[in-house]
Amino acid sequence: MAWLIALFSGLVFGVGLIAGGMTDPGKVKGFLDVAGAWDPSLALVMAGAIAVGLVAFAQARRQKQAWAGGSIALPASTLIDARLIAGGVLFGIGWGWAGFCPGPAWVAMASGSSAALCFVGAMLAGMLLHDNVWARRAG
Amino acid sequence: MMLDWNAFTPGASFAGGLLIGAAAGLYVLGVGRIAGIAGIVAGALHSVRGRAAGHAVSWVFLIGLALAPWAWRLVAPLPPMRIDVGTAGLIGAGLLVGFGVRMGNGCTSGHGVCGLSRLSLRSLVNVLAFMGAGVATVFVMRHLGLGV
Repeated sequence: MAWLIALFSGLVFGVGLIAGGMTDPGKVKGFLDVAGAWDPSLALVMAGAIAVGLVAFAQARRQKQAWAGGSIALPASTLIDARLIAGGVLFGIGWGWAGFCPGPAWVAMASGSSAALCFVGAMLAGMLLHDNVWARRAG
Repeated sequence: MMLDWNAFTPGASFAGGLLIGAAAGLYVLGVGRIAGIAGIVAGALHSVRGRAAGHAVSWVFLIGLALAPWAWRLVAPLPPMRIDVGTAGLIGAGLLVGFGVRMGNGCTSGHGVCGLSRLSLRSLVNVLAFMGAGVATVFVMRHLGLGV
């Protein structure tokens, strides 16, 4: 049951990314280019996602168990520190540079884009570099 | 600031957003997890290396995500993916994205969609950081001519 829901969630998520324009790095850059010819479309992707998300996550707080069984794991951390901000800044630089964030890159890779495959490979390396080298070094 | 009305797709983008929100809602209510792609990918990655348990469901989500462009193609051609950086840029940007989302514990979906939907101040701070950095990067590349 959990797998079926996960498969369907992933599929709907990906279709939403494609429909919304997130899988087109050119459109992402058009959104981030506020000083040029600005395309505000992606703000509407966020607005739509949060409109539904607000209702769903309010329900998630009230609900004792997931439909497939097991607990609902909502993040407990409210910590605002340098890591949170520096991580966001590094991510944002990469996002603005190539126009890909993780979800759309995954979808683009699966569609057969060799450029997206290259990006995802580097992204996985960046994750390992952080988790297995940097985070351990920093303790 | 001037709007690019030809590129603006309010209806499709809002509809896409509704689907993304519905998928994230289904995942948290159905499976009990946050649909943050960075976290899901990292969990799946570490499970391959035997350092994280219970991530079979992450793999299933990622398979569903990977099926999306193929499901789309059954109905219509995929929209264009205009990539304007070379291999070095893809690798550099990919490394930054991978490192940054792990350091900040989330990306556009985990902090952006899920975090803001939970009204998390922590997520809002991260979103402002990556939005600001993204805007600054595009500005430097397009308007100061430092494109790679």
